[in-house]
Order: sequence, then structure tokens, then C-alpha cells
Amino acid sequence: MTTTTPKAQGEREPRYGMVMDTRKCVGCNACVYACMNENAVPEGFGRDWIVSETRGRFPTLQMEIRSERCNHCEDAPCVSVCPTGASHYGPGGIVLVEHDRCTGCKACMAACPYDARFIHPDGYADKCTFCHHRVEKGLDPACATVCPTESLAFGDLDDPTSKVSRLLVAHEHKVLLPEAGTLPKLFFLT
Amino acid sequence: MPLSRRSFIKISSATLGTAAAGGALASRGFSSSRAHGQDPGTEGDRVVPTFCELCFWNCGVLAHVKDGTVTKIEGNPAHPLSRGKLCPRGTGGTGLLYDPDRLRSPLLRTNVRGSQEFKPVSWEAALDEVAGKLIRMKEQYGPEALALYSHGYGGSWFKTLMSAYGSANIAAPSFAQCRGSREVAFELTYGMGAGSPEWTDIENSRVLTLIGSHLGENMHNTQVQDLARAIERGAQLVVVDPRYSVAAGKARYWLPIKPGTDIALLLAWMHVIVQEQLYDRDYLERYAVGFEELKAHLADKTPQWAFARTGIAAETIVETARFIAGGRPGSLIHPGRRTAWYGDDTQRGRAIAILNALLGAWGREGGFFLPAAMPIPAHPHPPYAHKPRPAPVVPGGQVFPFASSTLAHGQCHASIPGTADYDIKGWLVYGTNLVQALPEESKTIQAIQALDLLVAIDVLPSEIVGWADVVLPEATYLERYDDLHAPPWREPYVAIRQPVVDPMYDTRPGWWIAKQLGERLGLGAYFPFEDVEQYLAERTEAAGIDLVELAKTGVIEGPKVPVTIEQGVQPTFPTPSGRIELYSQQMADAGLPPLPDFTAHEEPGPDQFRLLFGRAPMHTFGRTTNNAFLGRVMAENVLWLNARRAQELGLAQDELVTLVNQDGVRSPPIKVMPTERIRPDCVYMVHGFGHDAKGLSFGRNRGVNDTQLVTRVAIDPAMGGTGMNVNFVRIERAVA
Repeated sequence: MTTTTPKAQGEREPRYGMVMDTRKCVGCNACVYACMNENAVPEGFGRDWIVSETRGRFPTLQMEIRSERCNHCEDAPCVSVCPTGASHYGPGGIVLVEHDRCTGCKACMAACPYDARFIHPDGYADKCTFCHHRVEKGLDPACATVCPTESLAFGDLDDPTSKVSRLLVAHEHKVLLPEAGTLPKLFFLT
Repeated sequence: MPLSRRSFIKISSATLGTAAAGGALASRGFSSSRAHGQDPGTEGDRVVPTFCELCFWNCGVLAHVKDGTVTKIEGNPAHPLSRGKLCPRGTGGTGLLYDPDRLRSPLLRTNVRGSQEFKPVSWEAALDEVAGKLIRMKEQYGPEALALYSHGYGGSWFKTLMSAYGSANIAAPSFAQCRGSREVAFELTYGMGAGSPEWTDIENSRVLTLIGSHLGENMHNTQVQDLARAIERGAQLVVVDPRYSVAAGKARYWLPIKPGTDIALLLAWMHVIVQEQLYDRDYLERYAVGFEELKAHLADKTPQWAFARTGIAAETIVETARFIAGGRPGSLIHPGRRTAWYGDDTQRGRAIAILNALLGAWGREGGFFLPAAMPIPAHPHPPYAHKPRPAPVVPGGQVFPFASSTLAHGQCHASIPGTADYDIKGWLVYGTNLVQALPEESKTIQAIQALDLLVAIDVLPSEIVGWADVVLPEATYLERYDDLHAPPWREPYVAIRQPVVDPMYDTRPGWWIAKQLGERLGLGAYFPFEDVEQYLAERTEAAGIDLVELAKTGVIEGPKVPVTIEQGVQPTFPTPSGRIELYSQQMADAGLPPLPDFTAHEEPGPDQFRLLFGRAPMHTFGRTTNNAFLGRVMAENVLWLNARRAQELGLAQDELVTLVNQDGVRSPPIKVMPTERIRPDCVYMVHGFGHDAKGLSFGRNRGVNDTQLVTRVAIDPAMGGTGMNVNFVRIERAVA
């Protein structure tokens, strides 16, 4: 279930990230539905989503399928632009929104290069939390847990023995919109 | 993302419940008071294991319950079919449970058939009405006048009721409208079908060939898990499909074949493999008969010959044949699933089965494993008193020598008075929406109009329910017990379905409905138990299974047994020769081709397209298209149309069009999706949309029901399957 070794009190914080394997993903949306269920995502919104890109002309085609979500950037513009400090770096570098402090001004939505945020009907900016409430208990995020193709790996990027680190060492990978310079922590195996 | 719709999941954002299994690790030694409020509170205070019914794969699930509400459903890590993972539908079970359109009480029809007008009545009144009519029907016509259509795990109780009543007329559209031709083809070749769940060892395949199988979109959890594991291990895919499927997007070779010509490709592949001696000689010598006949039959089925029929270049056919053979042992040609296409589907299935034999795949690692089931004795009941007449026969009509199950459409047509040697006068319909599942809808309606009694046992007011005289609302799979589930599989296991929450509304479990009807018909002795819990206790005890443990874990695995030749199994082939029959004497004796023949099928005219349909991972045909939760990502189907043809027709993305089939039947409007991912001579849509039942408030009038356009079928002479890919459509811009 877990992809990282729990750290004892006083040890360094992990640096959480996710590795998404485009080679195995079939775009079934199991991750999307599991997230909606786990996080009681309001109707009409999604914290994660599937992108299917086809290139070429019939019959010479290529396709890439990605499961996308908040990139939990290390230099997150949503955090730096937030006027109230609601958007912040939580434990393990997970980018979170403190609901009570958020006024729903949408500055973060404008700043996010990945279009990962929406305004929850209760009035605050909402998005993927890497299922922080599950991670706290040593569980993987719901999307990674449900995925029938095991295309989603979650864990500590600073732990060389973690599954995410091993995948990144062993395979070619990319991030989306590297030119935005936000140091995203969602990696795609290609 | 889809538009906002009415929310149906009622989840309070209260505090956290207990940790789930596997959550026992200590906290990570850091915390943030600012992270409070991030917990959505969907963890259950109870977690109940059961198995899924959103499709027929029956994966093990864990249902979380909080304050009496099912908050979420997860995969059961202990269950061999789910291994802790679920497809979208498995997660979406809450959308069925809390569907506001659910049938809430027994109903009696108050207006003409099909008016969908009913009055709620008590269970007592509804069951008395059904039983009274069944008693009179039996007196007047004999018990065989009653037919059951059943699709779903809870149907077992009604099959018992039918046998006790004295009728063997039990059918499911999953045979003649779906995978029957494939099963028969494998039975003819190996003596047994390919199974459901299929006994494919994809996880260990080195080369996997999908011919007309869109695995990944056809989302059978374990198979897709195995596919991903195979890709991870470096397995290669060969995909044959007129559409650039998701699997094609991962393939080493995609062969965009002309629809209806698969047999030509399969024969040419075998031609190359035999000519170049790339087949598994030892395996064939040990297990098969008919190789010389096959070799002679293939002599003129050259790649050049196949090119002219399939549109696939001869050199590509040679290259892929070598590639496929190069993968053995561990090269698997997937048997497919829904294969009711062109009327020669048993022959197509035979070609796949024979090619698998050339590759030595049956019984081998990376091919097909030889399944094992947990032995569980049947619950004892008195012997059935009546030996039923066989299914009705149309005088002078076609006889299907290898129809190993009853034909659902045959049973339907025999209900049109005077067509068969005896009439069917009553239907029990359990969990199958025949109006959408059977082709030639007008005949289905004609049959229904002539019935004395139509009883629908269902959870939602689907089209067939709208035609019923009496509606018996069943509790959903999350609210009921069913019989034990112990299918033949890689590892023997038994799983339990048990209620997660009490039945909502005035609904009842299937076992109770069947038992109540049985008692009213004087057949109570065939339901010799007070309740289903007693039944399960006695059945598990007889099998030596600990029911308390089973209820706690949801699944118990039996001892591992060898399931491949490599693991030491000596394969047996229950065919007449006792061997793999490459050449089928059975087919020859029935006057059918003993080796697969290619037949050219009618092609669409210049302004026509062949209508193809298939599956999406978040839907199980019409069963789930009223599920608003699953509808969040896919609420309607669209028309896949080749981008160049769309341009020629001046059609842009999302433009509404009407389809007009060769018989002038017009579809409601459907959105166009111009795409490079399909050949120019066919169009494609996902099956199961376009409901028109007025009680389906979410699914009604979303997308198009392809079945309405299937007014022609090509009948398979071997097993009576209804080939449905023989319909053509023109595209007209819809008038606003």
C-alpha cells in the first residue's frame, strides 16, 4: 500500500511526488471516479482528469494517455500569488488550500499553468491534495490505489529506494510545461 | 468537464472514521495544524466486503458505510479478480444504490402495454397476481410456456424457480448476441469454451494479439491489470481493429483491417506460419488432429490473397505472422468477447482457436491457463418432477447444431403466436433490458404484445420494465445476499455477496422473490430454507468453508493447484477425438465448413458507413447509463467519424447528425466526433445509450441507441448467433 518508509519523529520531511506511466494507462478514468468518491468532489468538477492526445493522420498515428492533476509544484505560483496565505505548502511539500482562509478570489486559478483548480461550491479554491488525509495514515492517494493498470505511483522523491525514485531512474520521463518554471512534481513516463 | 448536475451523494464532512485495512502504519511524524479540513470524511465506520454487479466480472469490493450511508467502494485486495483495484463502474456502485429513479415498490400495469403507467401495490398483491397467472398458464399451456431471460448473478434463484415449475426455456443475450460464437468455436476445437472471466494468461504473454477486442475500453478489471503487467514486462501487442483503439495506441503493429474480413487475415497468418514451419510442432503432434487437412486448406490463402480482401499489405501480413509466431511460447491470440458480427462468427472463432493451437497456446503460460474451481456441493433439493420439452422449434426453420445455450432472440420470436411448434406465453425478465439487448426491436415488441404475462424483476425502470404487466423491484447488490460465487479461475476461490446496507424503499432480494413465488406455486420444497442465511450456512458447511471468516474477508482462496502444462497439468480435450480438433469432423458432419472459410460480406455504398459499436470503460451497456455518477465523465455517446469523411460532409466537432440506416430507420440526433482514429468506411459508437424509458431521468434521450439501427442480422448457422455488424447508415445533418 505505501510507497515510502514512514519517517520517525525529527527526521527530514519527505518530498512527495507522483509518477504516471503513459505506456500502461488505458484512460479508463478509474482514478477520476475514485477521487470523486474519496474526496466527495462536487458534481461538475474534478480534481484529476484524463487527457488523450492523438498525433498523425490515419493510419499513421500515435497516442498518449495521461492522468493529470495538480503538479504540487516546488515553486508554486498559486502559493505565491495567494493574497490571504490560504494556499500553502503542507507536509511533504503537498500544496494545500486552507478552506477557512480562502476568499475564493481565483488569483490562484489564474496563476496555475496546469488549470488544476476550481472554486468549490462552498466558496474556496479546491484541487488535488494528493489525498493528504490518506497519506497521513500511510495510504496511497485514492487514484493510485484504485488504478487497475498501476500507472500511478506516489511517494518520496528524495528517498532513492521509493518506487517513484526507482521509476524515474529507470525510465525516460517528462513533466508538463517545464517552461513555466514551477518545478512540478508530477512526472510522466513515456 | 461535464456541466453541473444535481448531486446525489450525501456525504457530510464530519470527522474521520476508523482506518481502513492497510492503514495501520504510524503517522509520519510530522503534521500541520493547517492541514485540518482536508479530510473529506468518506472513510467508513464499517467496511463490508462483497462482490460487484455493475458488470458480470464480479470483482471483490469493500464498501465503506458511515452513518448508514455507503460513502465509497474500494477494491478488495484479497479478491483474485480485483486485487484491490477497480474499474470506474466498481467505484460507481453508489450511483446505482442512490439512483433517484430506482424502482421503489411493486407495480401493476394500469394502461395498455408499453404505456409505462403503473400503480404501486403491496408485495402480497403483486406476488399473488403473478402466481395466479403462472398457475393458470401451466394448466392451459404447460410449464414450457414460461420463459426466463436472465442476466446477472442474482438470476440463479429464478433459474431454480423455472426448473421447479417445469420449463427449460432460460436464455440470456450474452450467448447469441455476445460471446456465444466464440464459446462454441473453442468448444469445437478444444472441447471447452474460453470462459467468463476468460482463462487468458495475458500477464505472462510475450506477444498479445487483439483482433476485434478493445481491451482497455472493454474494461474487465483483471484482464486490464494483466495487460498492464504484460506491457510493463515488455510484452508486445498486435492489434487488428478498424478503429485506433486504446490498445492499438500501445501496439507494435496496428492493422486497420476492413471490417468483416478477419477470417482472411487469420488464414493468411496461418498460411505463413505453416509454410515457414513456425508452428509448435511438438505440441501439435502431442495434442492435435487435422494438421494435414489444415495445411492443404491454407495452401492458397496467401498474404497476397488476403491483401485483396483485408486491405492489409502482404508484406505486413508476413511480418506480423512471423512476429506473432516469434513470441511463442507465450504468444496469445485473444479470443475476444462480443463476437456476434457477420454470421460466420463461429468460423472466425475457430480460426482464432486454430491459430492459438499452432502457437501452442492452450494450456500454456502466456496463453490460456486450465482453470480450477473451488468444489462446493449444490444445496440439496427434491428432484424436479417434470422433464421439460426442449426449446420451441420453428417448423422447417433453421436448426443450429452447436447452440449450446438457448437463443434469447429465438425464445423471443417463439413468443410470436404460431411461429414455433409451441407458443411461449409468459416471460420472467431478470436484469436484462431486452428492448436494447436484442436486435430487430420491432419483433421484440411484437412478441411482447402477444404475451399473457410479462414480469420484470429489476432495479431501474428500463425500457423492458415499461412493457411489463407486473414489476417486482429488486434490492441492489449492495443490499442483498446472493448465492456463493466460485468460478473456474487461475486460483480456486469462493466469494460472498452480502448486504452492505438494508434494502431501500419497498424492495426485496431476488432469493426472497423467487422463494415467495415458489411457495405460492406449491413449489416451496425447492426452496428448503427459512432465509438465504440458512441456505449459505448449509452450503458453506457442506463444502467445509468457514462462513464467519468468509463474511469477514469477502473471499476465501482454496489451495493453489497447477493450471498450466508447464506447472505439470496433463491437458485433456473433451472433443470427440479427445484431441485439439484443427479439422472439425463435427462441423463437417453438420454440413458446415470443417476448416474456416472466408466469405465476402456486403459492403457499404458510397454514401454509407458500416455501423460498429463497442464498449466504454465506465459503462456496462444500458445498465449503467442512468447512473449519474458514472455519467459525470461520459453522459452520452458520440459518433466516431473519419476526419476526412467529416470534412467532405462539412461536419465539425459536436455537430448534431441523424443516422439513417439501409431500411430507412432514423436515429435521434447524435454529436459527431471527427477523428483520425477510424477507417473511412465505418462509424462507431459506444453501445447502451439513447434510453427512451420515461422513468430514466438521467439517461433518457442522451445519445443514440444503436440497437434501433440494427434492423438486419446475419444468423450464424452453427449456433444461431445474430451478427449485428451488417447494418449501414447514411449521415444527415440534424434539423434544428
